[in-house]
Amino acid sequence: MTAAARSLSLRRVAPSGHRLRVALVWLAILVSVVLVWEGAKWFFGDPWRIHTTFLGLPIDIEHRPPFRNRIATDLSLPHIWEVVGAFAAPAQRNGPPLGLILTEQALFTFREALIGFTFGGLLGLLLGIGFVHSRLAERAFVPYVVASQTVPILAISPLIVVATKAGWVSVAIISAYLTFFPVTIAALRGLRAADPRAFELMRSYAAGRVAVLWKLRLPTSVPYLFSSLRVAAAASVIGALIGELPSGIPDGLGSSLLNYNQYYTSGPERLWATLIMCSILGLGFVGLVRLAETILTRNRYRPVVGA
Amino acid sequence: MNPSLPEPAATAATGPVVRIAGVDKTFGTETGGVHALEAIDLTIGQGEFVSLIGPSGCGKSTLLRLIGDLTSPTAGSIEVNGKPARRARLDRDYGMVFQAPVLMEWRTIAKNIELPLEIMGFDRAERARRSSELLRLVELEGFEGRHPWQLSGGMQQRVAIARALAFDPKLLLMDEPFGALDEMTRERMNLELMRIWTRLRTTVVFVTHSIPEAVFLSTRVVVMSPRPGRIAKIVDIDLPQPRDVETREQERYFELVTEVREALRRREGGGRPADDEGEAGIADAERIRAEGLA
Amino acid sequence: MTALAIARERSASWLPPVVVFFGVLLLWEVLFLLLDVKAFLIPRPSVIGTALVDQWATLQRGLIYTGTEAVLGLLAGVSLGTLAGLATSRWATVRDTLVPLGTAMSTIPIIAFAPITINWFGFESQLPRITIVALMTFFPIMVNTIRGLAQVDPAALELMSSYAASDAQVLRKVRIPNAMPYWFTALRIAVTLSVIGAVVGEFFGGPLYSLGIYVTNQTGSFRYPNAWAAIVIACILGIGLYLIAVLIERLAMPWRRGEVTSGE
Repeated sequence: MTAAARSLSLRRVAPSGHRLRVALVWLAILVSVVLVWEGAKWFFGDPWRIHTTFLGLPIDIEHRPPFRNRIATDLSLPHIWEVVGAFAAPAQRNGPPLGLILTEQALFTFREALIGFTFGGLLGLLLGIGFVHSRLAERAFVPYVVASQTVPILAISPLIVVATKAGWVSVAIISAYLTFFPVTIAALRGLRAADPRAFELMRSYAAGRVAVLWKLRLPTSVPYLFSSLRVAAAASVIGALIGELPSGIPDGLGSSLLNYNQYYTSGPERLWATLIMCSILGLGFVGLVRLAETILTRNRYRPVVGA
Repeated sequence: MNPSLPEPAATAATGPVVRIAGVDKTFGTETGGVHALEAIDLTIGQGEFVSLIGPSGCGKSTLLRLIGDLTSPTAGSIEVNGKPARRARLDRDYGMVFQAPVLMEWRTIAKNIELPLEIMGFDRAERARRSSELLRLVELEGFEGRHPWQLSGGMQQRVAIARALAFDPKLLLMDEPFGALDEMTRERMNLELMRIWTRLRTTVVFVTHSIPEAVFLSTRVVVMSPRPGRIAKIVDIDLPQPRDVETREQERYFELVTEVREALRRREGGGRPADDEGEAGIADAERIRAEGLA
Repeated sequence: MTALAIARERSASWLPPVVVFFGVLLLWEVLFLLLDVKAFLIPRPSVIGTALVDQWATLQRGLIYTGTEAVLGLLAGVSLGTLAGLATSRWATVRDTLVPLGTAMSTIPIIAFAPITINWFGFESQLPRITIVALMTFFPIMVNTIRGLAQVDPAALELMSSYAASDAQVLRKVRIPNAMPYWFTALRIAVTLSVIGAVVGEFFGGPLYSLGIYVTNQTGSFRYPNAWAAIVIACILGIGLYLIAVLIERLAMPWRRGEVTSGE
């Protein structure tokens, strides 16, 4: 039973109704989130006083919730529309809208993450190639590669960032650290994943190690590498964000996180807006990797899962 | 500058292509040693088509791989084109076809055929020339730009054969190449192979499970018995050349099939029934890794 | 095989890493000593060791405090994730939304929500970090549980159908064993996330002796040996939990040779 066939049992040849039902479930999830959120505020939150117009229709809502819980207060859980509105509102008096500021910061953080991602990915691939060719090196060092991930690097980030005073470089290093592990493991799997008879074939051509690497191992490993790169992309964004926290770098999203955390009481919706931007950054980067994967592997690789 | 393939020199018309003497092969696995082959002596001459046939565990695939220097004998010697098997492999004297096509899915059909040529250093023009010529030979013109998974099993196997012939080897080693195909495709592929072989007159060593196939294709059939693998009988196939559709209807064909079948039945090892694990009960992948190839 | 050969073969797997470990430690100590590296940033192992001993009282409190957050969050996230997976893997529609959703949620930096949870539960409580860890571990476990339960060999399902097996029987006999490798892979990931979540969550606020605040403070006051000692403790916590997860995996699935590279 190939992995490909196995994946089919998850994604059956679907009638067109399936797509529609999936979309409906997404909608249902979205709606339930909104209902739970605002519902909690309706029953447990602060008094509602809304006097505004929406698309020309006046909306006047006055409501006193029957119970009280500190999680649902306007401070802890701003109304959804307040969070959305925060993007358009200026962060400082007469300043540009928050959405613009956050976007610029997101791009800055993205650059750090991208650099870390690139170096981490290259390192992971090189390690994989090295380990595949030397069993001894593999046995000696792979435990440490694994152990490196159990080390809470993010716990060390203050040390790295503050003490080295290296600014965004140290942030990129943290990103690279979080990237190289999944790529190394995927490289190890992928570089060995070719049909054993393909190796025999290369031997029958008296092909050297380099030829085997270039013509067999590396192309075979591409699907595996891409699947790990998606994970690595998410990890590198997290690494960049957390790395920025102790660094005092004003240009990244991390500084907004700290800033709006500090001034939380004066505008909780801004922190929430920042968090949403962090999420968009993470999802966006993963989306880019997916796009690259589609472009590079469509038609050249039989659609395979299990990588 | 294209590499010139070494001439088999003195053995060109006279000497045997393959000479196997006193070969013994034991695999050491985690569960203990497996004695795959014992006291094998075999000589194969220029232009012959020799089939190795026998039940599972008789060592026929191992013997094929010994010829190809994909594994080494525990005792005895193997010479290909008058040289030790290792030298012959380094000189690229043979092409190999497996039961699975083992094509690279990320390469087009044409690029798959060119793979050995790239490794051996042929230039682009020569590679392109050879790959189109071979595609014509196996009647797959027009498929150069496709990818392997877009072809049927039989077509993929034809590509594998074209690839094996790409660099003009004088010896072709085939390990149950049609084993995964259905009977009708198999018979068609047999005809194909005969057509190609009649044109090129390569020496072929062919491993198979199928008695009719062995008799149809070969000039000689080597019947092997298992545990440990030994040569039980060699049957000369004196059917006329070229082999074609008519051959399967001749009376002599049926006589020979019966002869081979009886040789197999008489020599079938006693005791445990053979399983389908592959050579000597060791899975391919484990064996290949044990050999340090992957 | 002789006893010597067996011993040699077995040691071939653990000897190289052990050699590397002590070798690096030795090299570090000697090199820094000889070169008189003013590595106030990275002290010699012996200096870190001394700080460990000196600060042990505080570090021990921190270890317990942070470790509790990690473990409790882990327990909550893993059990809820498993239940969610078990409950929803039946329906393809729900599966096909939850798996992408869960994957997306794993992409989002949940740690960044720590300030909000602190605001909800207060500075004194451990609940903020526990919540964060639970959220971080919930999604990978749920996604892998669903995948493991659903991606079963169709031939095996047909076999069970030919036995007229009930859904519960299919679940017990086929799907759950199939899901185990996936689940344990996710467990390994969850364990590493739990320590990170606990420590980094503390960056945003927590008691002085918690590992996260301790590291930040000591770094801020340039007391690097102490900071490194706390980091060593955090590493031990992480590695310890990871090894426990691997042990549980080996006990639950003794037929697998636990390669790093196996599993989905």
